[in-house]
Amino acid sequence: MTLLAPTRAGHPPPAPPAARSGRRRLLPYLLLLPGAAWLLIFFGVPLVQLAAASLYDPSGSLSTGYAMTWAVSNYPDVLQAYWPQFLRSFGYAGLALVLALLLGYPLAYAIAQKAGRWKNLLLVCVVAPMFTSFLVRTLAWKTILSDNGALVGLLRDVHLLAPDGRLLATPFAVVLGLTYNFLPFLVLPLYASLERLDPRLLEAATDLYASPVQAFRRVTLPLSMPGLVAGTLLFFIPASGDYINAELLGTPNEYMIGNVIDSAFLVRLDYPQGAALSFLLMAAILAVVFGYLRRAGTEEVL
Amino acid sequence: MRVSRWLADRWVMIVALLVLGYLALPILVVAALSFNRPSSRLSYDFNEFTLDNWRQPCATSDMCDAVVRSVQIGFIATVVATVLGTLMAFALVRHRFRGRSGINVLIFLPMATPELVMGTSLLALFVSAGVPQGFWTIVIAHVMFCVSFVVVTVKARLAGMDRRLEEAAMDLYANEWQTFRRITLPLVLPGIVAAALLAFSLSFDDFIITNFNAGTTVTFPMYVWGAAQRGIPPQVNVIGTAMFAVALLLVGLSSLRGRRARRANLLAGPSHQPRRSS
Repeated sequence: MTLLAPTRAGHPPPAPPAARSGRRRLLPYLLLLPGAAWLLIFFGVPLVQLAAASLYDPSGSLSTGYAMTWAVSNYPDVLQAYWPQFLRSFGYAGLALVLALLLGYPLAYAIAQKAGRWKNLLLVCVVAPMFTSFLVRTLAWKTILSDNGALVGLLRDVHLLAPDGRLLATPFAVVLGLTYNFLPFLVLPLYASLERLDPRLLEAATDLYASPVQAFRRVTLPLSMPGLVAGTLLFFIPASGDYINAELLGTPNEYMIGNVIDSAFLVRLDYPQGAALSFLLMAAILAVVFGYLRRAGTEEVL
Repeated sequence: MRVSRWLADRWVMIVALLVLGYLALPILVVAALSFNRPSSRLSYDFNEFTLDNWRQPCATSDMCDAVVRSVQIGFIATVVATVLGTLMAFALVRHRFRGRSGINVLIFLPMATPELVMGTSLLALFVSAGVPQGFWTIVIAHVMFCVSFVVVTVKARLAGMDRRLEEAAMDLYANEWQTFRRITLPLVLPGIVAAALLAFSLSFDDFIITNFNAGTTVTFPMYVWGAAQRGIPPQVNVIGTAMFAVALLLVGLSSLRGRRARRANLLAGPSHQPRRSS
């Protein structure tokens, strides 16, 4: 390869004619145009349309048409009607996140630092759940948590669960499902960070009389921060907007804001309300995300 | 004492394996249920072993129609998204131009926006524009959320590529097109294939965005959602297990190929190009 360098200097490429350099300057835009146009038309414009729909006159209907009345009051109205579901969404997603961190951190750490030649195999095991359908997997939890299932029987026998206690159709089932479904999104970026962690740094910490806990707090945790932040976001954003787990594993008492939005658009056909709820969800998620990024102090993740 | 010492050394690995068990459990249940003859339509419990579901996966014909439709949509969406995304990745890695940061934001945002918001906003657009919803609106939506993932995947591969290979080809009097066809494309191809597979799996499995833009068209996830209320036919688990097996096979084949290629490299002598880390 290095041998080619002198030859290269000996054969300068023919000077590009002016027309070609003009085409060259246009080329990146031509390459970007179709994709960027698609994203603008089908991602950007719809967001504007959603914002507009959230301000439609709420007394209109799909058949008679909606009038644009800048009805800002849609927002306080839906918030008043559905704040429990909003709180529940973030509560469940937050609880699931804590669980996922407790489960996912040791998993990512073990794969990155302890697995040796089994690393790739274990990584495949982490993504393996995503090989099959999200909905079919979630339905499998219905079987696992079923009232006649082995798990409920066991928990009843050891009196962790009342004789008529259930797992299915409880908040526990929904949080468990959320944790399960989005755990790989947390583990993968965390793994990528921990993989780059030099084990000699930990040895150095121990040599300098750090206890394992101190070494973790002062060395491992700070160095895994980028992966931790990215993984947390990749987990939290879809989890707080999810409504499949609440629908399949819970009851209307566990409904999250996604269930309300789904029924506003597809059952009640109340577009202004659904649009206002969607926008509030996005605003709330953005607020949580940016607040979190500021606290975590790693803004370069974005 | 010895036991506690052993545990202290290995507790991380033990926890990790337990968590992997938690991740694997539902797949095992799906596989088991694919051999189940349920006692009633609404029962989710294992009742009796049977091979019938595998022998007649299309006993409920609308389910198989839905699978076929999902494959069609996934195929079209994958082709379009892969082409659009690859072009964008080339522009971003290989060219300097004004407005790069704007384009980066446009690519990043769909990955950070909740699916629910993308689904409802597209619905709002289609309704206000009077576009009837169905097969093609699903394709449009799927291309939209797949493009960003294609760009990110192909970009990673392109950025890690040794540009001197292309320079060498040009030095040997290959013209731009020949260099692209014979050098660049083969080197980037694994990235493009990975991106296409990712796009297909995202499209095939998508429920939330599809649900808002499907009209009366039923994809496989939509079928499962609807059937969850009426009672799930056990064949759904056959499809779930088969999907899992196919994906596992693909991963196994590609890792086998990777290992063989690495071995061939070793035989050919130490690699002489310093790898640029991406």
